[in-house]
Amino acid sequence: MKKTVITVVGKDTVGIIAKVCTYLANNRINILDISQTIVDGFFNMMMIVDMNESAKPFGDISNELTQIGEEIGVIIKCQREEIFEKMHRI
Amino acid sequence: MINQKEVLETNAMIEKENLDVRTITLGISLLDCIDDDIDNCCSKVYKKIVATAKDLVPVGKEIEQEFGIPIVNKRISVTPMALVGGSACKTSKDFVKLAKTMDDAAKAVGVNLIGGYSALVSKGMTKADEMLIRSIPEALHTTDRVCSSVNLGSTKTGINMDAVRLMGQIIKDTAEISKDNDSMDCMKLVVFCNAPDDNPFMAGAFHGVTETDAIINVGVSGPGVVKTALEKVRGADFETLCETIKKTAFKVTRVGQLVAGEASKLLKIPFGIVDLSLAPTPAVGDSVADILCEIGLEYAGAPGTTAALALLNDQVKKGGVMASSYVGGLSGAFIPVSEDQGMIDAVKAGALTIEKLEAMTCVCSVGLDMIAIPGDTKATTISGIIADEMAIGMVNQKTTAVRIIPAVGKDVGDQVEFGGLFGYAPIMPVNKFSCDDFVNRKGRIPAPIHSFKN
Repeated sequence: MKKTVITVVGKDTVGIIAKVCTYLANNRINILDISQTIVDGFFNMMMIVDMNESAKPFGDISNELTQIGEEIGVIIKCQREEIFEKMHRI
Repeated sequence: MINQKEVLETNAMIEKENLDVRTITLGISLLDCIDDDIDNCCSKVYKKIVATAKDLVPVGKEIEQEFGIPIVNKRISVTPMALVGGSACKTSKDFVKLAKTMDDAAKAVGVNLIGGYSALVSKGMTKADEMLIRSIPEALHTTDRVCSSVNLGSTKTGINMDAVRLMGQIIKDTAEISKDNDSMDCMKLVVFCNAPDDNPFMAGAFHGVTETDAIINVGVSGPGVVKTALEKVRGADFETLCETIKKTAFKVTRVGQLVAGEASKLLKIPFGIVDLSLAPTPAVGDSVADILCEIGLEYAGAPGTTAALALLNDQVKKGGVMASSYVGGLSGAFIPVSEDQGMIDAVKAGALTIEKLEAMTCVCSVGLDMIAIPGDTKATTISGIIADEMAIGMVNQKTTAVRIIPAVGKDVGDQVEFGGLFGYAPIMPVNKFSCDDFVNRKGRIPAPIHSFKN
């Protein structure tokens, strides 16, 4: 299973998680893990998701999430988990 | 499972500290394109490059998006053209045709540079080698993306001083032909001692004859990441300093290894090596000189610089080696002047001279790089500078290189503008004393005694 990490960074506002989760549900993307903190006054959310059931290619999902982020004034990034795994695990 | 702190750390490296993969370079063998007719040869070269590299740029972009890491350059290196064109090319003009073919192929597949307009003449020059070398000024001037390199010496063979003398003049001619443009064609020309077969970095990349048909080599970068990590241990002892560099180099190199593996899988081309490099750009915060300052120097070039650089280079290798299954290329910290804002500042402040840079090249990769000198510097003086650098490489069994720009019409106090990743450079003074009688001797410098290991 290829896991993907979605990060959301920006000014805290109502409905960020709802908006992102709705999009993921509509595209059959399963959330495996979710955590959230406030760092330096900024909202920081990280999700680990499984995209295997999604019909859309990775690039489209990434672009659409970026767009949703722009609409609600946060930065949403979508990256395959391996980049973090490789960097932080031997 | 990965935690949020680790994710934030990685993304801060990418977003704030300029972590990127500097290049994916696809090496392509053109040995099967050899033909005794120049037009046939050009046609085979074009077809082979385009067929092999057609997916390189799209795959590079796909990897960038999936991992969220910038891949700054997608490039191609090919078999040294003096070998490929040796049979077909009867004149230097014929070699220029091959250069134009490389340029056309590079444009067709969308890579920004193609390396391998090269000759390997560390012991002697064939007629084809010499024709190619003599065609370099015109070849570089009539193409946009072709890079040229010449290997002039090695620990095993000694230094080919006839070729060193010739290259002094060729560099002058390359500067002259592009004088309206700050002599910038010289940026695309580098001479080597002990040139590696698998270097992914331009201008010196070529696909060596020891290599397979096609191969993926990756160069990583991350001076900003090392600098930021060192800021957190300011004033600590050497052990802490070295451990911090090593750990950071490991992380940076792992990204290169990941990208190389992914590119190899998607392109169905074997993975060659990761070049464990700290490659700066003129962007603020992306400087190797700034790391030296963070280690404790007022400017790069101050007393202690060579020791600090030796330490940095060694820790980068120690950290990087464990992060990658195969390492190669030039591996180490790069110290180009024009591509590093901290180096430029050091030159302007009077802290850094060519002689100090020469000392620094003894302990790092690669050599005198992107250094602008007065346009009236004699060809023999340039050959003398090259010979010195080649000697350092030959005796120390390491790669050394010279990429120098004698900017026509410019003198100390002026500066040259190259633009983009290449930056700008203040003209550095050159020792005025003559080496004419040394450079004008014929023949070669014998290999050093420690090369006889059999």
